[in-house]
Amino acid sequence: MLHIYCPHCCELREEEEFHAKGQAHIARPLDPDNCTDAEWGNYVFYRKNPRGLHHEIWYHSTGCRKFFNVTRDTQTYAIKEVYKIGEQPQVVAEG
Amino acid sequence: MSQKNRLQSGGRIDRSKALTFTYNGRQYKGYQGDTIASALLANGVDIVARSFKYSRPRGIVAAGAEEPNAVLQVGATEATQVPNVRATQQELYDGLVCGATNGWPSVESDMMGLMGKVGGNMMPPGFYYKTFMYPQSMWKTYEKFIRMAAGLGRAPKEVDQDEYDAVNQHCDLMVVGAGPAGLMAALTAARSGARVIIADEQSEFGGHLLSSRERIGGKSAADWVADIVEELASYPDVLMLPRSTVNGYHDHNFLTINENRSDYKGDKAPADQVRQRMHRVRAHWVVLATGAHERPLVYGYNDVPGCMIASAVSTYINRYGVVPGNKLVLMTTNDSAYQTALDWADAGREVVAVVDTRAKAEGDLVEAVRKRGIKVITGSAVIEVSGKKRVSGVTVAAIDAKGDKVVGGAQHMSCDTVASSGGWSPVVHLSCHTGSRPVWREDIFGFVPGPTVQKQLIAGGINGTYALEKVLAEGVEAGREAATRLGLTAADVQLPNVRSLSEGKAMELYHIPHTKPTSRAPKQFVDYQNDVTAAAIELATREGFEAIEHVKRYTAMGFGTDQGKLGNINGMAITAKSVGQTIPETGTTVFRPNYTPIAFGAIAGRNCKELFEPKRFSAMHKWHEENGALYEDVGQWKRPWYFPKAGETMQQSLDRECKAVRESVGILDASTLGKIDIQGKDAREFLARVYTNAWAKLGVGKCRYGLMCKEDGMVFDDGVTSCLGENHFLMTTTTGGAAGVLEWLELYHQTEWPELEVYFTSVTDHWATMTISGPNSRKLLAELTDIDLSNDTFKFMDWREGSVAGVPARVFRISFTGELSFEVNVQANYGLHVWEKLFEHGAKYNLTPYGTETMHILRAEKGFIIAGQDTDGSVTPHDLGMSWCVADSKPFSYIGKRGMMRSDCVRKDRKQMVGLKTKDPKVVLPEGAQAVADPKQPIPMDLLGHVSSSYWSANLNRSIALGFVKGGLERMGETVYYPLADGRVIEAEICSPIFLDPKGERQNV
Repeated sequence: MLHIYCPHCCELREEEEFHAKGQAHIARPLDPDNCTDAEWGNYVFYRKNPRGLHHEIWYHSTGCRKFFNVTRDTQTYAIKEVYKIGEQPQVVAEG
Repeated sequence: MSQKNRLQSGGRIDRSKALTFTYNGRQYKGYQGDTIASALLANGVDIVARSFKYSRPRGIVAAGAEEPNAVLQVGATEATQVPNVRATQQELYDGLVCGATNGWPSVESDMMGLMGKVGGNMMPPGFYYKTFMYPQSMWKTYEKFIRMAAGLGRAPKEVDQDEYDAVNQHCDLMVVGAGPAGLMAALTAARSGARVIIADEQSEFGGHLLSSRERIGGKSAADWVADIVEELASYPDVLMLPRSTVNGYHDHNFLTINENRSDYKGDKAPADQVRQRMHRVRAHWVVLATGAHERPLVYGYNDVPGCMIASAVSTYINRYGVVPGNKLVLMTTNDSAYQTALDWADAGREVVAVVDTRAKAEGDLVEAVRKRGIKVITGSAVIEVSGKKRVSGVTVAAIDAKGDKVVGGAQHMSCDTVASSGGWSPVVHLSCHTGSRPVWREDIFGFVPGPTVQKQLIAGGINGTYALEKVLAEGVEAGREAATRLGLTAADVQLPNVRSLSEGKAMELYHIPHTKPTSRAPKQFVDYQNDVTAAAIELATREGFEAIEHVKRYTAMGFGTDQGKLGNINGMAITAKSVGQTIPETGTTVFRPNYTPIAFGAIAGRNCKELFEPKRFSAMHKWHEENGALYEDVGQWKRPWYFPKAGETMQQSLDRECKAVRESVGILDASTLGKIDIQGKDAREFLARVYTNAWAKLGVGKCRYGLMCKEDGMVFDDGVTSCLGENHFLMTTTTGGAAGVLEWLELYHQTEWPELEVYFTSVTDHWATMTISGPNSRKLLAELTDIDLSNDTFKFMDWREGSVAGVPARVFRISFTGELSFEVNVQANYGLHVWEKLFEHGAKYNLTPYGTETMHILRAEKGFIIAGQDTDGSVTPHDLGMSWCVADSKPFSYIGKRGMMRSDCVRKDRKQMVGLKTKDPKVVLPEGAQAVADPKQPIPMDLLGHVSSSYWSANLNRSIALGFVKGGLERMGETVYYPLADGRVIEAEICSPIFLDPKGERQNV
């Protein structure tokens, strides 16, 4: 069970309080109506499944109800950093 | 029966406390401090199981968690049955009842044993896969046969009456294992001021020291342990957990410990005590001091009762005062096992010979054995055991220096016990749980924990360190390092004096050669529980299963309840040799939680029965109870399903409720609908982005129905949202969807549109909601409210604030039944009062309470959807025939708009929702039935869509249904067929989903 630091509550809390919401930094296209089907499909359906560093959105569902980002190693489950929505990760995969 | 193998003195048992227990229906005696295994051995019980495949008799091999054979069914009553209990770990108590889990009619005289060869030939390695392949249909038959023949215990048929619980723990340092290394680590950390938890699976702390005759610091090992335990107990921040197995090491230093609180006391937990407790520990640092398991050697008929691992023999002698035989032959590849020969001889029984596989044997223990006049045969091995139900002798032969082949003539020796030692395997299981791969150490012939991301240290046997003085030192070092890493000043701990032994180099040997090739030699067992032999592993590799994970699955090695603790390394070594690789090249299978089997009760803890899941009740629940409601679970809510009167069938109740609403007035408790209060200057804009329809012009005092889609254009929730003020709205959601919708709104607000000023608050529980529906609803409500209810001033889809039954209320004129309806919302704690007042005034109108089922029928008569019943994540608003609820002219490209424009979403032949009238109006279609165009088409038939809602409508005196049909909106009047599993074919006509009052006149009066 993961031990997750909520950047809003500023505390380490148990995974049971959170929901994982998948890949982070997927911006909604600003002009959806003029996206091709392929572009739109890419936004809605296609997700990375990396072995290694992954930037994810988590939701502190039974805590502060805030969303935030987590950089997690999908191989070791080590959490490298947490950062607020709108911020950029400091830890990124090489290449 | 006498305890013929019990010594007169010695051991950690209390001979003044005799205990009686029952094994396989016979009574035996043991002592306080015994395990079932030690008591059975004391009584000379040789056979404790029949093997899985060959039904061979099996005896006790080990003395701890690694025991593969003595796996018993324990329990005096049906409700207290516990399967898969290792007799080596279950402490004896008075009145304990246990038995072997397999063997018919008994393990001693097993009928299957006669067929052993037949069964064995029927189940070669890869049996499961070969059987699965062909013929597939036979698997169920084989499975039943296997389970009957070789049971793995059985679950109780009655409910366990005992309670289990869980405790969350936090500590600076978690020490796993209370042997010499663990005790020293805990002591050092405790003296440094750390908060420490130390857990051990055994009944008392000490680990292998409990079975040892070593002296530590001038004291007996047991006294030394007692002193350490006493000091640890004096620290308020040290928690000591004996009888507590650390079963799982999870991510971020989270460990699960299963504490046996009363399994050792009796069949059932004493009153007010739990049987087991799960400790959920979050530790800053962890020291694994889990020790090592001794490896048996693999030789011919090494499974005959009487074949044991050497250290287990010593444990039974030294800890339990039991010598499990009279004449011992000891086979070893190393020095440590010589101690067993000394222990056996000191117990006054005969050591026939020590057979050492090494050409030279020359350590201190070897010399001690020689000095006792015990015969030591070097460069040789026990290649085969004779005896059926108990060892009667061994064949010893000289082997070459590599241990590859027999090089000398064989000699026979008579004995009743064979102890073997192939060295030690560090107990790396926990370190593997978090994904760390163990690494092979050539110097110790064993796997040790590999690199890990956990804050984990290791000490002692798990690190391949076996000499006591070094084990103690590593314990201190681990404790100091943990203290330092925790920011504490590490305390100095004086190491006690222990004797230092010179040791000869051990030989790397797992599989003892025979004069015949392995495939023709007597069976050489690797995994006792699954009857995996060396020959089977060689066969697997010959058949191309060379990767260790494949060998495991092909042979079932390590599949048993013991998870291959005893045999896996031997199996890997044999695999490696067979494919011409080294062991590190072959690698190891990984271990997963749990370390030992665990009761479901311990996992569930308190989260069972009434605490399994929270139940939510509306403010009017008391009234529902008093009026005989039956309930439907919706989410966690208990919603009244219908209100049967005495003698009514369900259908009669529904017919009565449905008619009452259409003819006079009914009332529904709608409190459970999700309610989200939305405020902020951009609230209206936000609604326009998340709903498919328009919200720009909704005025204060008005309500509007809305559909919500996800980005893929599929409907996921619906509900009415009301404008309470220019910047203030109240959204309602489906009962089950409330939490998901709120999370969805927050997601878009926080991640996509943080610039919008809008706030969401769940107010579901704040309001009690009652829907009064039917032609007399206005008359009834008018008697209790100051709100002007006239059709001209309070129009359909308006809401008003006022008082109802003397309390402040919001009244919404919305309708889910198609009748004139008022939805009264009051503060939840006024709910019951208002509800009861309505019934006081409602009697003259035959005010009828109705539940969710009647609500479903009434809305289906009107063709209104239920999100989650008529939608399943694959349905667009257009598929539902609800294009009227889609406003593509909105300036912002709302969620779902682009999705609905995908080429797949605009196909004309999508499955679309239509009404369905069965040709025979009395026949009700089953929900889920699949439509076909031609019922005579051969299988597989072309499926056109399914029935999503189907009911008997008393108001229409016929069946009605909503369902999906490909291109259905263009197929009005056509016939489709529903072939059912029972052979019937129901014919139905496609029609409008609005069965009643298509112009909506009834709600607009």
